[in-house]
Amino acid sequence: MLRLKSYIKPFILLLLIAIGLLYVQAQMDLALPDYLSKIVNIGIQQSGVEEEIPEILTVNDYEILKEFLDDGSIELLETYYSYSENHDFKLDQPLYVLKDLNADEEKAYKTSITPAFNMIISIRIQMNSGEDMIFNDQKIPAGSDVISILLNMPAEARGEILSGMSNNMSGMSDELASQMNINMVKTYYEEIGVDIGNMQSKFIIKTGALMLVITLIGALSSIAVGFFAARIGAGVARNLRNDVFKRVLSFSNTEFDKFSTASLITRSTNDITQVQNILVLMIRMVFYAPLMGIGGVIRALDKNVSMSWIIALAVIILMMVIGILFTIALPKFKMIQKMVDKVNLIIREHLSGMLVIRAFNTQKFEESRFDETNEELTKINLFVNRLMALLFPVMMFVMNGVMVMIIWLGAKEIADANMQVGDMMAYMQYAMQIIMSFLMLSMMFIMVPRASVSAARIADVLETDITILDPQQPSKPEVNKKGLVQFKNVKFKYPGADTCMLKDISFEAKPGQMTAIIGSTGAGKTTLVNLINRFYDATEGSIEVSGVNVKELTQEDLRAQIGYVPQKSYLFSGSITSNLKYGKENATVEELTQAMEIAQGSEIIQGEEGLNKLVAQGGQNYSGGQKQRLSIARALVKKPEIFIFDDSFSALDFKTDAQLRKALHEYASDKTMIVIAQRVSTIMNADQIIVLEDGKMVGIGTHEELLKSCDTYYEIASTQLTKEELS
Amino acid sequence: MSRKKDKSSPLKKIERMRSMGMSDEQIREYLSKKGFETEVLNQHLTKELSPEELQRELKEKGLIQEDLKKIGAQRGPGRGGPGAHGMMGPVKKAKDFKGTMKKLLSYLKAYRTIIITVIIFAMASAIFGIVGPKLMGKVTTEIFTGFISSLKGGVGINFDYIEMVLLTLLGLYILSSIFSYIQRYMMSGVSMRISYNLRKNIAEKINKLPLKYFDQTSHGEVLSRMTNDVETFNQTLNQSLSQLITSLTTVVGILVMMLSISVVMTLVALLILPLTMFSVMFIVKRSQKYFKRQQEYLGHVNGHIEEMYGSHLVVKAFNGEEKSIETFSRLNDELHTSAWKSQFLSGMMMPMMNIIGNIGYVLVSILGGTLVIKGTIQVGDIQAFIQYTRNFTQPLSQLANISNVLQQTVAAAERIFEFLEEDEELADESNLESVDHLDGKVSFENVRFGYNDEQIIINNFNAEVKSGQKVAIVGPTGAGKTTIVKLLMRFYDLQSGQIKIDGENINDMTRYDLRSQLGMVLQDTWLYNTSIMENIRYGRLDATDEEVIQAAKAAHADTFIHMLPDGYNMIINEDINNISEGQKQLLTIARTILKDPKILILDEATSSVDTRTEVQIQRAMDRLMEGRTSFIIAHRLSTIRDADIIFVMKDGDIIEQGNHENLLKQNGFYASLYYSQFEHTA
Repeated sequence: MLRLKSYIKPFILLLLIAIGLLYVQAQMDLALPDYLSKIVNIGIQQSGVEEEIPEILTVNDYEILKEFLDDGSIELLETYYSYSENHDFKLDQPLYVLKDLNADEEKAYKTSITPAFNMIISIRIQMNSGEDMIFNDQKIPAGSDVISILLNMPAEARGEILSGMSNNMSGMSDELASQMNINMVKTYYEEIGVDIGNMQSKFIIKTGALMLVITLIGALSSIAVGFFAARIGAGVARNLRNDVFKRVLSFSNTEFDKFSTASLITRSTNDITQVQNILVLMIRMVFYAPLMGIGGVIRALDKNVSMSWIIALAVIILMMVIGILFTIALPKFKMIQKMVDKVNLIIREHLSGMLVIRAFNTQKFEESRFDETNEELTKINLFVNRLMALLFPVMMFVMNGVMVMIIWLGAKEIADANMQVGDMMAYMQYAMQIIMSFLMLSMMFIMVPRASVSAARIADVLETDITILDPQQPSKPEVNKKGLVQFKNVKFKYPGADTCMLKDISFEAKPGQMTAIIGSTGAGKTTLVNLINRFYDATEGSIEVSGVNVKELTQEDLRAQIGYVPQKSYLFSGSITSNLKYGKENATVEELTQAMEIAQGSEIIQGEEGLNKLVAQGGQNYSGGQKQRLSIARALVKKPEIFIFDDSFSALDFKTDAQLRKALHEYASDKTMIVIAQRVSTIMNADQIIVLEDGKMVGIGTHEELLKSCDTYYEIASTQLTKEELS
Repeated sequence: MSRKKDKSSPLKKIERMRSMGMSDEQIREYLSKKGFETEVLNQHLTKELSPEELQRELKEKGLIQEDLKKIGAQRGPGRGGPGAHGMMGPVKKAKDFKGTMKKLLSYLKAYRTIIITVIIFAMASAIFGIVGPKLMGKVTTEIFTGFISSLKGGVGINFDYIEMVLLTLLGLYILSSIFSYIQRYMMSGVSMRISYNLRKNIAEKINKLPLKYFDQTSHGEVLSRMTNDVETFNQTLNQSLSQLITSLTTVVGILVMMLSISVVMTLVALLILPLTMFSVMFIVKRSQKYFKRQQEYLGHVNGHIEEMYGSHLVVKAFNGEEKSIETFSRLNDELHTSAWKSQFLSGMMMPMMNIIGNIGYVLVSILGGTLVIKGTIQVGDIQAFIQYTRNFTQPLSQLANISNVLQQTVAAAERIFEFLEEDEELADESNLESVDHLDGKVSFENVRFGYNDEQIIINNFNAEVKSGQKVAIVGPTGAGKTTIVKLLMRFYDLQSGQIKIDGENINDMTRYDLRSQLGMVLQDTWLYNTSIMENIRYGRLDATDEEVIQAAKAAHADTFIHMLPDGYNMIINEDINNISEGQKQLLTIARTILKDPKILILDEATSSVDTRTEVQIQRAMDRLMEGRTSFIIAHRLSTIRDADIIFVMKDGDIIEQGNHENLLKQNGFYASLYYSQFEHTA
């Protein structure tokens, strides 16, 4: 993956924006459970009362409270509350309204005023409960006004009772104390007639609205992330594709041989698509997972530390299960692929060998051969399927188990007032979010290696050095040697090969002459003509075209002089016209028709469509002979100085072959013709015939000369010609 | 069948109708009734248009939307993509959904017991899972009320109760997971068995189909049924069956649970559904447009890459690099635009679902909170409800997708069944006497043959070949020289007339007996991915190693085999290209020598073999022909001149027969063919 990092560079800004947006998205996703917890804790449990300090006091209660406070505290009370007749609270009496307190003031309030407030409220609760009360061993009958009794007590005695009560409070945990305080405030509000129900639904709706906003922001960022991810993925893929394509087009045969065409195609298509998909997925999930996971952990710890081991345990179990399953399954996946390939191979063989199979009566044998592989494929597939089927139930169980554990331990924490019910509910969601992000990350470990294989394959192409380059200062072909091809002591060795493919090749192919090359397969005929086109460079010696070493010419100048008809006829999708014009864009219809005539292809362009007949990819809609003739016509249209025919008449029947050669001879009488052929009859009239064997020239001369002087040539000829013709 | 469906692939339809044995005339009539653009199709039927051209024409006229071939080609890599794309890709529809469904169900009958068990386990697992949140909610409520009461000095949380419920819960979850696994375990067993059987059936079917079938169906198509369709069928069957059951149970179960908690809240939660559906449909519709476009451009880009890389020699030789790069960047830019758009739009699905899900979540929270205050429901109910709404959408979208999945299953099944139901070769007549020895006398009597009834190519052919004679079959390329061979091997049956061997009609022998007396060496050598030894032994499967080596020696193959790495044990690779063309020929000759047939059919090599090997092949063939009646598809002059009889073929028909001298004297087609070969340019 890293080898392609330069392709990310142009998108680095987009990537950073995307990550920023992911952060927002994660924060929003994490915030929601918190709000749910607020709805339960504050909205439901505390009836919408959020604060531990009463916001309002009735005039009467304000005065009573003062009575229970020492001087310092009274001063605080007076500064914190202010008298107001027109307040927003829906009570028709003047009130003392709390001003906004800062944290220090709140703390001061809680230590000095809250105990007294709580005492008053709890006394009132007791009074309303209709039971007798006991104060300092004094029984106070139910129904009596305890507050007035207390107020009438001497200050000292009152102080004693008060400190006793606050001692009670200090024995509680902070959590419980604040719960208690809120409960007191709530009770007070109820008592003085504040509409608690209204407060409650207001709180819930307010929180709900906030949640909606958060949801919206989260969704928008996630959509935006999707947008950036798509742009980055598609952009990187486009740039890669462009570069790979350009690179491959500048490859010479050496590089093509190194990779093989099929592999280059896969690298330019599937591999790049693979990288694109993974990139998008990476941005959307792999970057998101840690943000989410870490955020979840922070928030979960904030709610409760002592239960975090549950989450850790769940994550460890899940990772282990996934790890074990995949270590067992991954090698099997590869085996499955192999078996599938084998099943395909056997069926392909079965189909292509249908005639043979029936001719040899081996149907049963084929069936059992197939059955064996089929059986094997089924077995291994079944094993892997059943193994992987474990994953989902186990995952479900672990997640559900986590929930159960959280509730079990959460209940105890709640009983101890270490957390509230809403917090527990939020905690469950955080646990899920954390586990999910780990699952996402583990996906990464499965996906990234696959992508990096693809990435490496692409990088291999991009980093391959091109062996055939244009010269720095190119020469131009010499006019007076136009079309002359000279080989001077040429030696050629394929890169990495031990033995030379061609040795000591020296000859001249002159304009107006036909030079034929014959020899058995593997003798080096095609290699030899490929050197003229500079598809490869000679290892030693030099090849001159039009008087200039091919390495001194630009590839364009060199190839512009050559009309090449390859062994295999490659046609491009389009029309016959577009194919014929490939070598000469501005060729006229007459030129095209003439070329088709010479190539004996007039019959192909007969009919209404004529030259506009369509050509499917690879020319599938034409027969071998038709393709060959079209390919010859294409070279003719180019009107080059040199023609190279690499076994280009093989798919033609003898008659067409003969006619074509005749027409060609008339048309290109002043051009250099280099012809590779298998049939002696095709070349027996050549001006010179070069006989190749094992990369060496074993004979050069005319048909008659060679019959006498060259054994190899005689051997070839004797299998193809009649006795009379040989003598 | 509606017309709309018919329009989807007229080309496929023609192929299918042809393979059903309908004549072109009948097809034409049928198509015109269905309101097709008959002009274009007529052109195709009379062979003026190649299938590719027809496809292009139809596409331009808007009769088919997609390149039929491209869809097939892209199904493979498409599957590897991110999940969201899975449901966006074009879904192949079955032609006859109902009919195929019936067949499918009757095919599954054999697995009835297991499937019913699977269904029961799937339902049980789902139900156990659904009860969970409600119980958890109960616990939460208990904790809540217990805590509140403790604040007010009450009894506090009832831990015994909680423990009991949580243990029940744990038990349910364990059962749910175990049932779920059992269901999966059994289902993969069934689906693997089915795939195995389907593959086996297809492989066996290949041997039973008449060769005629393969004239009309490409190997790729059969192969794709074997691999793609069986795989799709297997996967989607697995998916659709367990998903259908689980999702359905879950949806119903959750609905019941939600209603049991609060009708109002259920209504609110259900309100979310149409919202989800609309937005999903909105996105799918849009993104599908771009997705299709992306696939199309991807096809173009990949096509261009394949074409240019494949013919890079020509590109270079004709200085076409720049032009090619220009075309490529244009295509690539187009692909880029549609790619990011499709990627973006399909990526919007998740956040959209998410936001709607969250809206539901918020509404449930608000409403639930209010209801708790009113005392209608308990706190734990909110928690349970939230879990239910969260779990509701997934099975629902699965259910929505299931018709797609089912379509895929049925379409794949249809293609497989279609293949398995193709007409088979006429069975050999029963009670035929077995033939174990032949002299090799062959006679053709009033032979009339055509690949179909409309196009008779051999009208009335008569010939007498004596035992041990050499028959050369000559004619220009494409004249149908192999037709005669195929008739002799009884790969095709005659329209009328008869071919007799030793005076007995070949139709009165079993194909097995007939073919065991005939040997065939075609130019299109066929070997398979195993050792050389086994490849030769293919001629007679019970031959010993010694016999194989003898045969190889007789075929002049022994020498080169010894020079190969591993000799006879060398494995011929999958592409059959680690030995030369000529060597392959020698091996096929050796194989036929091993078979030791009475009558021989040979195809002479033309060009691709190097000269030395050709001499060896020549010798091996001469050796093979000794004492056997031989039919040679001849290219070599010497063979033709030495032949006892020459059959001269043109346009599929045998137009002249006789020996070399006689035919030259006739001065007909043979004579002109013969002279053209030596009519030199000089």
